[in-house]
Amino acid sequence: MKGLLIISALGIIAMLAEIFKFKKLLLPIVLMGIVAAYAFNFMEWNTSMSISYFDNMIAFDKMGIAFSGIILATAFFWFILANDYFEEDTNTVDHFALVLFALVGALMLTSFKNMTTLFLGIEIMSIPLYVLAASKKKDLKSNEAGFKYLIMGSFASAFLLFGIALVYGATGTFDIMQIRTYISANSQSLPLFFNAGIVMILVAMCFKVSAAPFHFWAPDVYQGSPTLITALMSTVVKTAAFAAFLRLFMVGFAGVSEMWTGILAIVVALSLIIANFSAAMQNSVKRMLAFSSISHAAFMLMVILANVRSNLSVNALIYYSLAYSFGSIAAFGIIYNVTRNGNENTDAFNGLAKRNPAMAFCMAVAMLSLAGIPITSGFFAKYFVFTAMIATPYKWLLILAVITSAVGAYYYLKVIIAMYFKTQEVETETIQVEKSQTLVIVLTTVVTLVIGVVPGLVADMFRF
Amino acid sequence: MLTLLLITFPLLAALILFLAKSKASKTLALSLALVEFIISLVAFYLYKHNPDSCIFWFDVAWVQSLGIHFNIAINGMSLLMVLLTTFLVPLIILSSFKNEYAKEYNFYGLIFIMQMALIGVFTADDGFLFYVFWELALIPIYFICLVWGGENRGAITFKFFVYTLFGSLFMLVGLIYLYNHTNVDGLKSWAVNDLYAAGRSLTETQQSAVFWLIFIAFAIKMPIFPLHTWQPNTYVNAPTQGTMLLSGIMLKMGTFGVIKWLLPVVPLGLEKWGATAIGLSVIGIVYASCIAIVQKDYKRLIAYSSIAHVGLISAGILSANQQGIQGAIMQMLAHGVSVIGLFLIADILFRHTGTRDVDKLGGIRSMNGNFAVLFLVVVLGAVALPLTNGFVGEFLLINGIYQFNAWAAAFAGLTVILGAVYMLRSYQHIMLGERKDSQIAFGSLASSDKWVLYIVCFVIVAFGVYPKPLNDIAEESVKQLMLNLK
Repeated sequence: MKGLLIISALGIIAMLAEIFKFKKLLLPIVLMGIVAAYAFNFMEWNTSMSISYFDNMIAFDKMGIAFSGIILATAFFWFILANDYFEEDTNTVDHFALVLFALVGALMLTSFKNMTTLFLGIEIMSIPLYVLAASKKKDLKSNEAGFKYLIMGSFASAFLLFGIALVYGATGTFDIMQIRTYISANSQSLPLFFNAGIVMILVAMCFKVSAAPFHFWAPDVYQGSPTLITALMSTVVKTAAFAAFLRLFMVGFAGVSEMWTGILAIVVALSLIIANFSAAMQNSVKRMLAFSSISHAAFMLMVILANVRSNLSVNALIYYSLAYSFGSIAAFGIIYNVTRNGNENTDAFNGLAKRNPAMAFCMAVAMLSLAGIPITSGFFAKYFVFTAMIATPYKWLLILAVITSAVGAYYYLKVIIAMYFKTQEVETETIQVEKSQTLVIVLTTVVTLVIGVVPGLVADMFRF
Repeated sequence: MLTLLLITFPLLAALILFLAKSKASKTLALSLALVEFIISLVAFYLYKHNPDSCIFWFDVAWVQSLGIHFNIAINGMSLLMVLLTTFLVPLIILSSFKNEYAKEYNFYGLIFIMQMALIGVFTADDGFLFYVFWELALIPIYFICLVWGGENRGAITFKFFVYTLFGSLFMLVGLIYLYNHTNVDGLKSWAVNDLYAAGRSLTETQQSAVFWLIFIAFAIKMPIFPLHTWQPNTYVNAPTQGTMLLSGIMLKMGTFGVIKWLLPVVPLGLEKWGATAIGLSVIGIVYASCIAIVQKDYKRLIAYSSIAHVGLISAGILSANQQGIQGAIMQMLAHGVSVIGLFLIADILFRHTGTRDVDKLGGIRSMNGNFAVLFLVVVLGAVALPLTNGFVGEFLLINGIYQFNAWAAAFAGLTVILGAVYMLRSYQHIMLGERKDSQIAFGSLASSDKWVLYIVCFVIVAFGVYPKPLNDIAEESVKQLMLNLK
């Protein structure tokens, strides 16, 4: 809870920076603030089980703290990576504030106890992102991205709200624990519109995590937005949305799981197929990663689908989010540097192994991790999902996941082949990466490898 | 502890090579590989005296909550495979002395990473660890083929990587399925014996599913017809040393995997589908042999002959009797040695004459008689003439398959005849007859090449005449295994 308050305060400080003229100091302040939030967050680890705030609207239990930890850590690295994004533009301070407020929303999503908090969290997180997506003001594609994201996002929010209203109508409460008890007490006499409500919420959440067939906004938005904002969307936002998804369906609606798991299974299957085959056909790396993020969403949805042994599911999702976030931060950091000249196609990576061997190596690790090859963390992420899924009746999804994973290897390797095998037609100078960015990229790569070799660091976190 | 040393030393060697970036990487790599070979010889010696010694065994928890252990151990069969690996790697490095590779320290470093992963595969006693090493072996060979390979390497290594990854993931699902059925005092376990027990507790249908999930991975690696389509192109386009690693050692991962991780796990599945799998193997033998006969490119010819050989090995293993499996182990060793000799010969031909086309070569014997003799010994080893090391294995294999089914043995036996046809005919074309235009002069061999061929020929003859030390270990370990199969 203190973490959430600190980040909110940081957002307000950021807005004051322009008036009181400490713009230069803002980045260090924000970084220190995030570290402080992170520390306070984990100080609650052992004492948190029973504390809830605001009349049980929000409560940081272990699961919430773990997801908040991932979000804050990712955000920390993101801010270092993004420091020149803030320098370039005139509205530095607004951008800071917007990102911080999006973070506030993300933290709320990890720990809501009440569906109103869920809605508030999603809106607080999304609205700054609509603006940020369009923050390259003179770029047509960026504007398109922001606009598309806004329209589609609002549409999904409306679904969510309608769904919440219907569930409220059926159960008489917004509190997810009370919904849970109500469901188990009245499982036979739930009205039909309760089901409709859950399906609408499901659709809205699938929108937010960009699962097929509700994914159409993702490729355009990912491609059009400034690369660093895309990085933010595919890491922090995704983690938060999944934390919310998991809590809502695992805690709130677990009692009626037989009605939504079937729908979710179809969503997962479609996401796997559409995302992987579309990704294989992309030339633009950013667009490829957009589709790949849909495929990763499908994997994370499988965890929610598996649901049976909650312990395992929570662990699997936390590990997956961590592995995916860190892999993506490294990948997007490198993409940001490589595509500075405007060429966002795979051939921009040609000969990177010669132009900047260290970055090529980090990119190779990131790609192998996303593809799920041992000993990177991405492999264990997939492994945990498989382990969770093998006990469910949806074993056919596993086979599908295996087949599409092989397709996935195809497009990740395309980047590696470009880096190590192809050469630039035009002679280009070596790519210089700023020191702070190099640090972030190397650190995230190291983490990817370390938790890949010693997955117990994260995987043994929950032992109830 | 000794097993751990066998795994960590190559890793250390790789790090030394990567970091030193020495100009003398070749010599450095060779000496490091020889040290590793000596360690494995020590292991062999100690094993002969006390096979149950605790130095062969190492076990620490890796991920406690999931029952994953870093558990490695050496038994008879894995010792033979480790010996094969540590013996072939120095030969492979020595055979590269005449090739110039850019950034060779990386090249040799990757070979050592590969060696580490291979030894890991052969010694892992934990299902999960086995899978990790299995996948890990793919990464260095992928980069070796990609960076130092031939013309069309991009597309071809790609196919290779995706193909094998595809199979491996199925195996992972199969293994997780088994893991999910283990029960050791209420906990799940990845230990090999617990997986065996879990596999046996399944119904026939479940076992059949697991059989195919796991078998696909091994079949792709070996490769078995009809999953072989990645192999010829990859072999031809990889750098010679990459091809040697692929065919000499990596192929054995598949056959070894079937023996240790498939046969004892799903006996009912094997009973139901073993015949089908043997059928595929035998089809592969005949099919690949026929293609080999009409091949013009010598390297490609060896690639197809390798499919034929491995088909025989796999049929022998799947017949699941003492002779079949023992023969398979012996043949795995023999094939590893002779195929390295053959690929080196293909490389020598190419370096001296600029072509590997059988039709364009001829009459080399008149220019270099020494080479002709060495070549002949390797060829005879490959066609399994009595008193060469190939004979013991092939004899036992066909015997084993015969016990399973006489018809299968009859078709599998064709490999002897067809093998003699393409091997001897290509030898005749290349070495005998008239000199052709393409080679102006076929000078004397480089000393490094000569030494590799000497050693290969020595091993072919020595273990053909006196296979007892290896055969004893193989026999003993297969007896142990047969207890598990019953």
